[in-house]
Amino acid sequence: MADKYLELVNSGYTKKVAKLLGLPRPPRLRRYEPGSALLPGPLLVLGASARAQQLSDELTSWGIDVRRHDAQGDKLGGILLLLDELTHPEQLGEVMLTAGGALRQLLPGGRLVSVSRPALAHDEPAVAAVRQGIDGAMRSLGREMRGGATANGVLLAEDTTVTSPSALGALRFFFSGRSAYVDGQFLTVRNDEGSLPADPERPLVGKVAVVTGAARGIGAAIARVLYRDGAQVVLVDMPAAGEALAAVANEVHGTTLQLDVTAADAGQRIIDHAVNRYGHLDLVVHNAGITRDKLLANMDQARWDSVIAVNIASQLRMNEAFLAADLPGLRVVSLASTSGIAGNRGQSNYAASKGGVIGMVRASAERFAESGGSIAAVAPGFIETEMTAKIPLGTRTVARLVLPSLMQGGLPQDVAEAIAFLGSDAAAGLNGQTLRVCGQSLVGA
Amino acid sequence: MATAAPRQAVIIGGNRIPFARANTAYTNASNQDMFTAALEGLIARFGLQGQRIGAVSGGAVLKHSKDFNLIRECVLGSSLDPATPAYDVQMACATGMESIGSLANKIKLGQLDSAIGGGVDTTSDAPIAVSEPLRRILLELARARSTKDKLSALSKLRPAHLAPSAPGTGEPRTGLSMGEHQALTTEAWGITRTAQDELALASHQNLAAAYERGFFDDLITPFRGLSRDNNLRPDSTLEKLGKLKPAFGKSLGERATMTAGNSTPLTDGASTVLLGSEEYAEANDLPMLANFVDFEAAAVDFVHGAEGLLMAPAYATARLLARNGLTLQDFDFYEIHEAFAGTVLSTLAAWEDEQFCREKLGLEAPLGAIDRSKLNVNGSSLAAGHPFAATGGRIVASTAKMLHEKGSGRALISVCAAGGQGVVAIVEAR
Repeated sequence: MADKYLELVNSGYTKKVAKLLGLPRPPRLRRYEPGSALLPGPLLVLGASARAQQLSDELTSWGIDVRRHDAQGDKLGGILLLLDELTHPEQLGEVMLTAGGALRQLLPGGRLVSVSRPALAHDEPAVAAVRQGIDGAMRSLGREMRGGATANGVLLAEDTTVTSPSALGALRFFFSGRSAYVDGQFLTVRNDEGSLPADPERPLVGKVAVVTGAARGIGAAIARVLYRDGAQVVLVDMPAAGEALAAVANEVHGTTLQLDVTAADAGQRIIDHAVNRYGHLDLVVHNAGITRDKLLANMDQARWDSVIAVNIASQLRMNEAFLAADLPGLRVVSLASTSGIAGNRGQSNYAASKGGVIGMVRASAERFAESGGSIAAVAPGFIETEMTAKIPLGTRTVARLVLPSLMQGGLPQDVAEAIAFLGSDAAAGLNGQTLRVCGQSLVGA
Repeated sequence: MATAAPRQAVIIGGNRIPFARANTAYTNASNQDMFTAALEGLIARFGLQGQRIGAVSGGAVLKHSKDFNLIRECVLGSSLDPATPAYDVQMACATGMESIGSLANKIKLGQLDSAIGGGVDTTSDAPIAVSEPLRRILLELARARSTKDKLSALSKLRPAHLAPSAPGTGEPRTGLSMGEHQALTTEAWGITRTAQDELALASHQNLAAAYERGFFDDLITPFRGLSRDNNLRPDSTLEKLGKLKPAFGKSLGERATMTAGNSTPLTDGASTVLLGSEEYAEANDLPMLANFVDFEAAAVDFVHGAEGLLMAPAYATARLLARNGLTLQDFDFYEIHEAFAGTVLSTLAAWEDEQFCREKLGLEAPLGAIDRSKLNVNGSSLAAGHPFAATGGRIVASTAKMLHEKGSGRALISVCAAGGQGVVAIVEAR
């Protein structure tokens, strides 16, 4: 499962050989650990924004060493580009070139984050041009970053500012090691909903979270991360997966619910368990999923139907039960896939289900917002799991090394970190979105 | 009960691993492996990680001498607080019932707030002892100080001493196996082959149906790749059962009726039940499925032929009903452990028999017939298998759940055991 190549080119004698030969050297990513600093060094803030001073004060309160306009040759942990007031592409060069000069100072695991506004159909053409241009520039910079550094952007929808709760939440997520495998992505702050956690180390304290498919792989990692972040976790999986499920549950001090998510009453049984045992239900992670890959020409009905039933139809049915139960502030996070965005040979059924998740999430946002909740999705790219370990070595190597800017597969923890963030109160304003956790893979870019 | 209990002992829930026929799925699993797995599943289901439970008790019928502290070792290997006390109980096949019943009593007395009872058995990983002569020689060797003495001890060794002594299900005082004993009882009560096969078929059909409707989803946690009892034959028929040759009652010749189909196989498995006071359950937001009301043990003189080996529950039931002011018909479910189909049917026949009830039980009238549609409605040991000490926990947890699903009523549980013993219990819905 472990990426042996990554280990070889990053340690000891083989590291020197790899350097000499000019082999591609995937970097070790800066992953979140409780207690670790938000950034590996000072943050250089460039550009202008209406609330730049409040932002600077907030970032300082997070323990960040904030430098305005000039780093004076110091090594940097991050660069923040405030671009939301730009009105013409001609204005972009100054900030970008200053940033370019500072990029050499960026430490391994550093962060480049932009703040801008989404380009909309009714914008002035020049305004839309610069806004859309930022998108292209940042995605290009994602591919230029080295040493596990990433480039991501926050988009401020109308009426929101850089100090809106979810803008700050997104900035914090992008700065921290929680976003290690998120690269070249944008999150749009839609409104001023949400709130920042009292203790950023335990943003889910007091929350009751349900994770489906929690017995192994990404689901087990989600349960662990939610528990680490303070949540009480209910772990759901098929009755036949109960032994592994119990082991994860005992690790994260949770409770098990052996349940087939395709059962007609699955949603109600989840609600009953959570409410009876914990008094409330705050977060549901629809992680349970299966693959039954075949070229469509060779596909039988059972393969197609089972993937649709487990990966999307069950979620639609459970969501209806959750909405009907009127659970205040319920957040739902679903597992999509880059296959659902870019397609993947042999996965027409899987891609239909995962594209379906993206559509469902977008179309459900308003309904969940009515009771103060939200819904979002995470679309993982190539993640190192028992499942992907079965992919032939050649294909696996391409998926790991060639396609993503970060030149490696992600870990289940990387997906879990994004889910924990999107399921937190700080992400309420990001309602309806799908975030890719793919190391900026070329697939579905 | 004769005196009002100070408080209720509540059955919160249970967990067992699927039962496996001997030498199949759990061949290399020890009693400790299996009971720990059942315990870990229970802890996970109810979120007991790190909790100090009042007491954990249980046991095994076939036990290695190294497992002298079996249940405590399982607790130490589990996610419970290591400060949880634990002890072993052994009462043959009634081990599980005795441990659960005694824990319930301690809860009622206020000595415990929470408890876990259960049992485990393996015949695949059974202890094998050295022969008696060899054991004595080895002990003498250990005591010997001089080389001469050691050689002297060793010189007594003969090849025949090396034959191991494996445990059997034979009764030490009669030399008869349990099946041979029951065959005599079955014959005495005139239980037909067809009646036994019908009971076995119902057991398989009821257990299969219970699995199909998800009844066991919160009662079982899979173990070593097994997620259902592998003795279960959902497609069994009277024709198939009817073709089996008699396995017990060889002395009866043509009249032998007990086959491998209407007798339980040797089985590996483990079960646990979580008990607590109402206060404990409420404080921890745990479900309350049923009350463990009362239980009674009985023993019979099978050695001198006064009674059949497995008939003790018939006696225990009479005493338990009298103490609780109930009749045999005051129950919504009857869970009578199917050691053999003949055991269940002999017990039912005895309760209906005027002479037996008058002479043996000292009753003016027979206890009477039961509504057979209330008997073992989710299957019993003939289908699930019978890992001796684990059967009590299986029955108590399933019974509590079916009572809770019904929402009212009470159940009678009956488990027979080697040595002419048996334990019966009353469980009440909540």
